[in-house]
Amino acid sequence: MNTAEDALLTVCDVHYAIGGRPIFAGLSLSAQRGKITAIMGPSGTGKTTLLRLLTGQVYPDSGEIRVFGQDPATLKHKPLYQLRRRMGMLFQNGALLTDLDVFENVAFPLREHSKLSESEITARVLGKLQSVGLREAAQLMPAELSGGMARRVALARAIATEPELLIYDEPFVGLDPISMGVILRLIEEINAGGGVTSLIVSHDVEELAKIADYSYLLSGGKVVAEGTPAQMTRSGDETVRQFIGGLADGPVPFHYTESGK
Amino acid sequence: MIAALRKIGAIGVFFGRILAGIVPALARPRLIVHQVYNAGARSLIIIMLSGLFVGMVLGLQGFDLLQRIGSEEVLGIGIALALLKELGPVMTALLFAGRAGTALASEIGLMRATDQLTAMEMMAVDPVHRIVVPRFLGGLIAVPLLVAIFNVIGLYGAQLIAVQQMGIDAGSFWGQTQSAVKLDDVIEGVVKSFVFGLACSLIAVYEGFHSAPTAAGVGLATTRTVVTSSVLILLLNYLLTAFYL
Repeated sequence: MNTAEDALLTVCDVHYAIGGRPIFAGLSLSAQRGKITAIMGPSGTGKTTLLRLLTGQVYPDSGEIRVFGQDPATLKHKPLYQLRRRMGMLFQNGALLTDLDVFENVAFPLREHSKLSESEITARVLGKLQSVGLREAAQLMPAELSGGMARRVALARAIATEPELLIYDEPFVGLDPISMGVILRLIEEINAGGGVTSLIVSHDVEELAKIADYSYLLSGGKVVAEGTPAQMTRSGDETVRQFIGGLADGPVPFHYTESGK
Repeated sequence: MIAALRKIGAIGVFFGRILAGIVPALARPRLIVHQVYNAGARSLIIIMLSGLFVGMVLGLQGFDLLQRIGSEEVLGIGIALALLKELGPVMTALLFAGRAGTALASEIGLMRATDQLTAMEMMAVDPVHRIVVPRFLGGLIAVPLLVAIFNVIGLYGAQLIAVQQMGIDAGSFWGQTQSAVKLDDVIEGVVKSFVFGLACSLIAVYEGFHSAPTAAGVGLATTRTVVTSSVLILLLNYLLTAFYL
């Protein structure tokens, strides 16, 4: 099912090391247009680093990355920013701008990039806030929001410019079950809304299984298993079983070692 | 030694990025005005209070010194020159580094720690343009204004002591001062204010922008801001004074 034509994003044999410590050793994966792709892995497997590679914040040592058919590592400042405008990203802690209120946070990317008039911006921002259920919170400051609300505002901001690719960095971490359910529903709705490709980096296996079309399990710097959530649950692979079953010891050792092996 | 040189180089490169961002930032004057308010108006109280007390101490010490040699009437000149050329710019810049510089560094450092800067990058907004340049310009504009206010209040404080308390004739105090202070003296003070304003603001935004994204990192960035700015201000002050005399 992974044909190159309908892949919005491909990572091919990427190697990347930080300070001599390898993070990725031959990582390959892809995300299909219009689908929800999940990237799972234990903490410290470089999931966030992967997002930085995809968005051109850091460059791979070798291998190739293609997003919208372009390699972020070869792009200069301007085309790279153009590329990033086609993506929306939800950060782990929301990363709302603390000196702006909720409305201005969601309006921020529109004011920076679009030629929309003030009334169009107001309509768009309130519409996006409505879709995450926080229209009434428009005048609050980020410090006045709960964790779940902050993430919903951040989600509204990420979709304000109606990007083609949405990247979620650990969207479920630290949320209560209700907020988690809300975020899950929103991710699904946004993806179903049309034309959006979603990439979710997370270690919440159960949540991902509910919404992902395809998933990858990372360990030791590369993909150790991939498939639909159903295939993953049935997998006989030991790492997969350890991860999905939540076992303390297994191929991913209980004891930390210097080499990471 | 090599680390120090490397840091100077890094600050230089960062300064280049700021300079490149100044023209686009001028298109958003509101952001800059807001930062002048943030850095300047909020430092007013501390600057005014310090100016008053520094002026009063100058009045007391100066009067005591000049009385011994019987030339109290030149007190105004001495104080005016001391404030305009040295104490005004140096004291203001040191206070600014402590009050506004630390606030800038910790604000930007916290933005780094909470991914706000990365989020801007991801929204294709250059944080140097949006965050750093307006704050840098705000400081650069605020410091000379604060120096002027410091000088005026300082002179008023000196006058309080000299004229009101010690009984020097107000006419001779102001008249002597007015005739002795030259435009060049004022210019020297203004040049110093701009140089110190640039140094303070640059150090503060650099340290904040490059702080480690942790609570300890932000703390370290603010400490470094005060230490580096203070030493740099005093060093630059010596060099500029040596140049002008």
